[in-house]
Amino acid sequence: MVIAMKQRLLACCVLMLLAFGVRAELVIEVTQGVDAPTPIAVVPFGWSGGTPLPEDIAEIVSTDLYRSGFFSAMKRSDMLSFPQQQAQVFFRDWRVSGQNYLLIGRVTSAGGEQLQVTYELYDVLKETRVFGEQISGSTRNMRDMAHYIADAVFEKLTGLRGAFSTRIAYVTAQNQGGGRHRYSLQLADADGARARTILESREPIMSPSWSKDGSKLAYVSFESSRPGIYVQHLATGKREKIQSFAGLNGAPAWAPDGQRLALTLSKDGNPEIYTLDLARRQLTRVTHHYGIDTEPTWSPDGQSILFTSDRGGQPQIYRVYLSDRRIERVTFEGNYNSSGKLTQDGRFLAMVHRSAGAGAAFNIAVQDLKTGRLDILTQTSLDESPTIAPNGSIVLYATQQGNTGVLAAVSLDGRVRFRMPSSSGDVREPAWSPYLQ
Amino acid sequence: MRALNVTKVAALALTFAWVAGCSSTSTQTDSADMGAGMGSDSGAMTSGSAGMGGMSGSELPAEVANLQTVFYFDFDQSTVKGESFADLEAHARYLSSNPQASVRLEGHADERGTREYNIALGERRGNAVARFLMVNGANAGQVEVISYGEEKPAVMGHGSDSWAQNRRVELKYAGR
Repeated sequence: MVIAMKQRLLACCVLMLLAFGVRAELVIEVTQGVDAPTPIAVVPFGWSGGTPLPEDIAEIVSTDLYRSGFFSAMKRSDMLSFPQQQAQVFFRDWRVSGQNYLLIGRVTSAGGEQLQVTYELYDVLKETRVFGEQISGSTRNMRDMAHYIADAVFEKLTGLRGAFSTRIAYVTAQNQGGGRHRYSLQLADADGARARTILESREPIMSPSWSKDGSKLAYVSFESSRPGIYVQHLATGKREKIQSFAGLNGAPAWAPDGQRLALTLSKDGNPEIYTLDLARRQLTRVTHHYGIDTEPTWSPDGQSILFTSDRGGQPQIYRVYLSDRRIERVTFEGNYNSSGKLTQDGRFLAMVHRSAGAGAAFNIAVQDLKTGRLDILTQTSLDESPTIAPNGSIVLYATQQGNTGVLAAVSLDGRVRFRMPSSSGDVREPAWSPYLQ
Repeated sequence: MRALNVTKVAALALTFAWVAGCSSTSTQTDSADMGAGMGSDSGAMTSGSAGMGGMSGSELPAEVANLQTVFYFDFDQSTVKGESFADLEAHARYLSSNPQASVRLEGHADERGTREYNIALGERRGNAVARFLMVNGANAGQVEVISYGEEKPAVMGHGSDSWAQNRRVELKYAGR
């Protein structure tokens, strides 16, 4: 009897949690999570200082874990207590409210702006401490500390490296009327917070691409009334114009070695893929075809470049091996495959895909290059610009919501989805950073 | 930077290669999207062109003031349409008899598909118009092509009418 009642209570709580989860007001809206997300309670961290802290670490950690889709996060208002130490934890309370894991912590001042944060993860069912750590920082980088904790917890519980401490770059466009637009290149945390403008222009900005060490962005800007490829150092803001030939200068993509860019130039008559050695300023033409060749992306080993070409009559993705310039076609399903991006292990190719059927939409699809299997991951239309999180778990892309361009994301297995609604204007062309130092 | 580095002969040859290439591809990519409705769509677009030329009539040289300056294309196509021939020939005649004049051809695509591919498509359209002008008497040095892809739509909106108006090349005379 007692056990049965407990189970019913537990089921009720889980249902309630799911309902709350759906309603949560976040910058990131999770539209679909895994079938059985792991319940975790992230208790507000203790703080003994007088003035309130600028950031709520527990809230950021909780949101990170929740939006990964792998976890359901317990609402604070449902918590019976806010333990800060192991001695204050009553496992039965957390178990009864359906939690599998419990994260507690405390913040202490280390003088001036310096802080020390201690956090501990508990397994509620086993009533054991999983792990804990003390980290130091300052009031100015509390979000970084929070993402760091989320990464650690995520990796411990899923076995996947967390990508919460990474960043995204994206382009916004605002129509100011009278044919005037304002374009800006934005840099934000992976959760959309702390967005800042790193370039603004009345002319289009396109195709941001991260250097492999995360210190620089290459992009296309039309600021000189013609397209040019620029590289901007994020720490200093220093930027340089890399290429501006007659015709197209587009689609920069950083090589894994960090020394070269792949890019598209049409200076010789039509769009071809080139590589540019940045130190030597040496340009090497890679493709030779009268069709359109563009959107290069490197294989992780740097030995080949995948690109979009309409040499077969419609856009498809091909691979060229740099050693012998051998070219092989990679995509075969559908009548439009472009803008390919590989996972870090080189196995999965995310792309914009359109099925062969009449009136088919442009969706994000992923192809397993080992088996050839292609899965369509999105059900919207006009989806474009896929970019993959460095841990290979999530594809971020641009789509339309109503008449506005927004960013959305889907896990590579299609189980988790979230949207990042825009505050103003069209948001497009996301580029997910590599792991940052 | 300044102009297309293509001689007229090469331009002609390319034009033929292009037309051949395009006609072989047209059926596959377009059949799904371009139904019977397209013919009437293009009529509507042409009438809208005067207002979308990007230049007021006063800035245009008098000899070409009444000509169309916006030329439309079918989806994923860069073939200059028959309805554009007469006005483009007139522009070419003007350029031929006024060697100091020059034009900038701004190629555009609709929003469907990926941005960098659409930039390439816009350039292909610009080049098609450039070749048409050169074949009809304009000098290579008088014609500059720039593509904006889908970055500068003429009209907002996500329907076939909007898309049809955005697949275009805008011809702009350089300020003198």
